[in-house]
Amino acid sequence: MDFTYDDEQVALREAVRGLVGKAYSDFEQRRRTVAEEPGWSEEVWARLAEMGILGLPFAEEDGGVGAGPAEVGIVAHELGRVLAPEPFLASVVLAGTAVAEAGTPQQRAEVLGPLAAGERVLALAYADGATPVTASEQAGAWTLSGTKEPVLHGARADLLVVSAALPGAGSGLFLVQGDAAARTGYRTYDGARAARVVLDGTAAVPLGEPGADQSAALAAALDTGRVAACHEALGAMSVALAATTAYLKSRKQFGVPLSTFQSLTFRAADMYVSLELATSIASWATMVLAERGPAAATEAVSRAALQVSRSGRHVGQEAVQLHGGIAMTAEYLVGNLTAHLTALDHLLGDGHHHLRGLAAAVDGHGALDPLAR
Amino acid sequence: MRLELTAEDQAFREEMRTFFTTEVPQELRDAVIEGRELGRAEFVQSQQILNAAGLAVPHWPEEWGGRGWSELRRHIWLEELQRAGVPAPLAFNANMIGPVLAQFASQEMKERFLPTTANLDIWWSQGFSEPDAGSDLASLRTTAVRDGDGWVVNGQKTWTTLGQYGDWIFTLVRTDPQAKKQAGISMLLIDMTSPGLEVRPIELIDGGHEVNEVWFTDVRVPGENLVGELNQGWTMAKFLLGNERVGVAPVGTVKRVLARAKELAGPQLEDPLVRARVAELENELLALELTAIRVAAHSAGAEPHPASSVLKLKGTELQQAVSELVLDLAGPASLASGAPDGPDGSDLPAWARRSAPTYLNLRKASIYGGSNEIQRQIIARTILGL
Repeated sequence: MDFTYDDEQVALREAVRGLVGKAYSDFEQRRRTVAEEPGWSEEVWARLAEMGILGLPFAEEDGGVGAGPAEVGIVAHELGRVLAPEPFLASVVLAGTAVAEAGTPQQRAEVLGPLAAGERVLALAYADGATPVTASEQAGAWTLSGTKEPVLHGARADLLVVSAALPGAGSGLFLVQGDAAARTGYRTYDGARAARVVLDGTAAVPLGEPGADQSAALAAALDTGRVAACHEALGAMSVALAATTAYLKSRKQFGVPLSTFQSLTFRAADMYVSLELATSIASWATMVLAERGPAAATEAVSRAALQVSRSGRHVGQEAVQLHGGIAMTAEYLVGNLTAHLTALDHLLGDGHHHLRGLAAAVDGHGALDPLAR
Repeated sequence: MRLELTAEDQAFREEMRTFFTTEVPQELRDAVIEGRELGRAEFVQSQQILNAAGLAVPHWPEEWGGRGWSELRRHIWLEELQRAGVPAPLAFNANMIGPVLAQFASQEMKERFLPTTANLDIWWSQGFSEPDAGSDLASLRTTAVRDGDGWVVNGQKTWTTLGQYGDWIFTLVRTDPQAKKQAGISMLLIDMTSPGLEVRPIELIDGGHEVNEVWFTDVRVPGENLVGELNQGWTMAKFLLGNERVGVAPVGTVKRVLARAKELAGPQLEDPLVRARVAELENELLALELTAIRVAAHSAGAEPHPASSVLKLKGTELQQAVSELVLDLAGPASLASGAPDGPDGSDLPAWARRSAPTYLNLRKASIYGGSNEIQRQIIARTILGL
């Protein structure tokens, strides 16, 4: 078992850190970018495309780079460190993986190539809104009706990947042109963009074989997204801890630095423990996903998501508390990290959701063994 | 990144598992699994079986019986040993004084003590803590005064674990009362049959006799029993305590107990609250084990990885939490701890009757080996720079 990154992976990390660090090392720049539509920088997106980041997880014949979950995790971690607002998770990881899993070779090439090139933004609409989305077919033409909400970056997306109940059983995945749907965009509390998407007999193209159940493909996309979200959270947590540590050393109260108060340094030490545990289990789940595939990785992904949920809340809450009032202000990084950690936690099923699943299966094994084949 | 063990490490794991489950007697392992107190003879028997196979002190220098294994292999060795219920090699011998002697002692002293220490022919006790010097070890007051070629030792040590079985005790003693407190300390090896040395039991909240006070009244110690240089004791203590944190996360043991708790739970496992509690513990334990593997894989040389404090801290917390789960599963049956075994005893299962003493005994885990508050301090200072 080996948790270390190889030279190429380290080089990828440095390259991404260089790019997004330059763009967002000044938190004010990030604030300005997030304040304006679409909530992220088209320029940074284009640079990510040039670097091959937007095609990272896709096969070369589909216009991608042929890398895997470890590389996606590296990118997500770096984006999380600076709270880069670009829709890597929503567009590349979630929507892109759904297309890669469900699409025909032709569909994959047609959709993923332009996504990788930064020419087309995708969004995955999987959470049903007030009215669940259903699919209908007439003379080989498919239409969708219902509401999806919240759809991350759904208003800006050129192309929506929509899950819908099939006329028979199961769920299909469909491509819908963005402007064919009625979309209401809004800002989420962590500065991202989401939308309500209303479909009303809207024309849709089935991904893969028409009428086939694509539940597994959707599950694979969500699990792949969860692992990336874990890494994004780890990046945010590591910066929250570093900022807190620096603050404890520099901030004076009662004439001495806060770091002279043991009750505070002990709490920082516990934040470190939380971060280490989350790092270990997220790295492991990444390897399980990379080497055994999504179908075999479901439980590992849930385990990582549960720990990251616990750790993310702990680190985020303590970072704010140990900073005091300054962390409550929108202009200061730390509170924003906590807001983003909260959003990541709820995006793809929070700790409660994952614990429920794990608890239901708790008598299915004697002892967990991560070293077993 | 690579998920699986190499074929060689996988084979190594199988080899360890087979050895521990076939070469160490079942009844000895059952005693560990059921939480019965072990006597001296059982520890000695187990360690001598391990030592004969070269498995008692694999982390020592190869010259003295070490195996030159990677940190990962040492992790696998320890985990398989714990999972099989094999009593671990006596920590005082294998993890504490052995490595110190191998690092600091004269050749003569090494030859005299290391083979017998590895084989548990000598049972070592640890004489560090004193009534007023626990985590603040440098405040110790036991003195050793020069007398001709030897030393005369006076003072008191406490919390001497299993001292009732001890043949020899390695002590930290004040040899220079004028020096700054860390600078005037030396390490002496003392034969526990020496006149003037007295071991007095301390009764603990679990009802067992595990720790002792050791009193020294004009105990004469030969000069050759000084380890390393005069007044170098603090350096050796730091080396020893650093080693103590490595491998201190009892992953294999906690895993075994948690898996067993699920069996013991019986119908209680239908309770969603119990299921959730077990699932949460399993997840934290998995995260800890993976962290232990990460630390093991990244450790270079003898220096302990700074994150090893995480293992001590979280490992003992989980060990305590799992004992608490077992106690709660036992419920009122846990009150029957005083019932004798056998037909005249209690009808309640042995595990339930042992659950409260075990739970109470394990409160020690977050205190010894550098209390968890000390571990937080180490993390805050050495890792976070606070």
